[in-house]
Amino acid sequence: MSTATGTENKELSPVSTESLAALLVTRERPPRPSALSTSLTFGWRAILKIKHVPEQLFDVTAFPIMNLLMFTYLFGGALAGSPGEYIQFVLPGILVMSVVMITMYTGVSVNIDIEKGVFDRIRSLPIWRPSAMVGYLLGDALRYTIASVVMLCVGLLLGYRPDGGFVGVVAGIALLLLFSFAFSWIWTMFGLMLRTEKSVMSVSMMVIFPLTFLSNVFVDPKTMPGWLQAFVNNSPITHLASAVRGLMAGDWPGVEIAWTLGWAGLFLLVFGPVTMRLYNRK
Amino acid sequence: MSTHTSGLAIETAGLVKTFGETRAVDGVDLAVPAGTVYGVLGPNGAGKTTTVKMLATLLRPDEGHARVFGHDVVHEADEVRGRVSLTGQYASVDEDLTGTENLVLLGRLLGHGKAAARERGDQLLAAFGLTEAAAKQVKHYSGGMRRRIDIAASILNTPDLLFLDEPTTGLDPRSRNQVWDIVRAVVAQGTTVLLTTQYLDEADQLASRIAVIDKGRVIAEGTKGELKASVGAGSVHLRLRDAEERPEAERVLRNLLVAEVQLEPDPVALTARLGTAAGDTAADQAAKALGELARAGITVDSFSLGQPSLDEVFLALTGHDTGQSTPPGSGTDAKDEVAA
Repeated sequence: MSTATGTENKELSPVSTESLAALLVTRERPPRPSALSTSLTFGWRAILKIKHVPEQLFDVTAFPIMNLLMFTYLFGGALAGSPGEYIQFVLPGILVMSVVMITMYTGVSVNIDIEKGVFDRIRSLPIWRPSAMVGYLLGDALRYTIASVVMLCVGLLLGYRPDGGFVGVVAGIALLLLFSFAFSWIWTMFGLMLRTEKSVMSVSMMVIFPLTFLSNVFVDPKTMPGWLQAFVNNSPITHLASAVRGLMAGDWPGVEIAWTLGWAGLFLLVFGPVTMRLYNRK
Repeated sequence: MSTHTSGLAIETAGLVKTFGETRAVDGVDLAVPAGTVYGVLGPNGAGKTTTVKMLATLLRPDEGHARVFGHDVVHEADEVRGRVSLTGQYASVDEDLTGTENLVLLGRLLGHGKAAARERGDQLLAAFGLTEAAAKQVKHYSGGMRRRIDIAASILNTPDLLFLDEPTTGLDPRSRNQVWDIVRAVVAQGTTVLLTTQYLDEADQLASRIAVIDKGRVIAEGTKGELKASVGAGSVHLRLRDAEERPEAERVLRNLLVAEVQLEPDPVALTARLGTAAGDTAADQAAKALGELARAGITVDSFSLGQPSLDEVFLALTGHDTGQSTPPGSGTDAKDEVAA
């Protein structure tokens, strides 16, 4: 904050109206940029924000590591005989859970952003309308990648050995990122719909906790009561966790991948338009 | 441009926006000629920002319609967006990014290549005296600097219409004057400016036509001169050499100008309000008054001609005052307020 006072007190250089006039003479406008170009530009904005506020990477580094250590050693002995055995099963699941959990910060950052004046300027630009939202998600994809790599590295140190090798692991992470991108439109919707950052946070928690825990991330659903199995077996998180687990183990879980992609498409088709409707009406 | 022949930058008819129970904008009709500064003057909460947001395609009108250069703001929003820029009441740039990053970001979004966006950004920063602060995050900028980067962001592509929503609210007089210089430079290059302000002085300084807006309605519209004429042509202030001659001077002026004459606390000073009935300009009337006083043998030490302030205009139109005082150092004559 010391820089703020330093700048305030300093005398401002004068405005040069001559050079300003010279700049204003140009009336030609470049052609309208493509949807891809504007989305990538907004993605660049998200990356710049990470650069200026690197603390925000805390939740994609420390939080996933904590999850991994906690659940591996908490449940490992009881569920699989030893943490070393358990991590072979649980790592892909915790990877899925952690990344899906951190997607909810998207809603919070959208909500904080729309309160600021910059949002009015962005909304008055002649560009493909969803690009601002897509930009957030592209920036977030980088965060999810960081989280995944961090968790895998820690996992490898703890003894996780994926049979699918490098290709299997990359395929698993790619599927996870794709799903997260589509799933995040729920959060952009809440970010635009709810009034305060706090309400976005609490609604997100209400959605994300049951959704991630009521899945096959930690245990095989066979021991659950029937009604819960019905939910768990059809949960998108279960399909995603099974698919990622399969891919990393070197299998080709075609059905689970198809289910995951289906769910991703559904999220995108339902919550994407709702988000854009709210965005245009805001 | 095909459908647009009227020479108007903005046309609105019966524009209404309701928030719950409040009719924030309650039937606004505007006709803003292209190439001018148009002032929308009103106190806080009069509906100025809401009107601007509808014109800038950020809010949908509930009733009525609005056209910008002939394009409907709802159905042809994209055409409108391509021709307007908005500088909102609060800095419309990203506070977490640096000055350069903000301008490059917007330049890219407007379709410039990386190098072109960077070049235009650097040129604008230089013109606005912000080169030194270019690499600092905007959140560390002073109020005056924020306004500058904000306006710079609005003219990355020279817009045909620039919305300036209370551009000098919260600025010190010096920074305010600099913003005014920028506005004059922008309009001199042919851009139409719609300026909202709660400072009567600001509208007076910059705008050629003014709409006075109160409680969501336009209560008066016209050139500055027309609005002022509604409360008289102005006033002449005189300082006499001898205080004893003041009653005689007062009598002469009353007879000549058929206007109210106010005796100032200073025993040698008096103010005469000039009427418009005679068809003479304020200067003609003042010249006559000086001639008459000279014939009557009264020595005038100094005199000045004051235009009526827009404060008076507002009071005359609404029957209540603006609830805000004009900022210090304003150009209009403070003495007029006594007479009002």
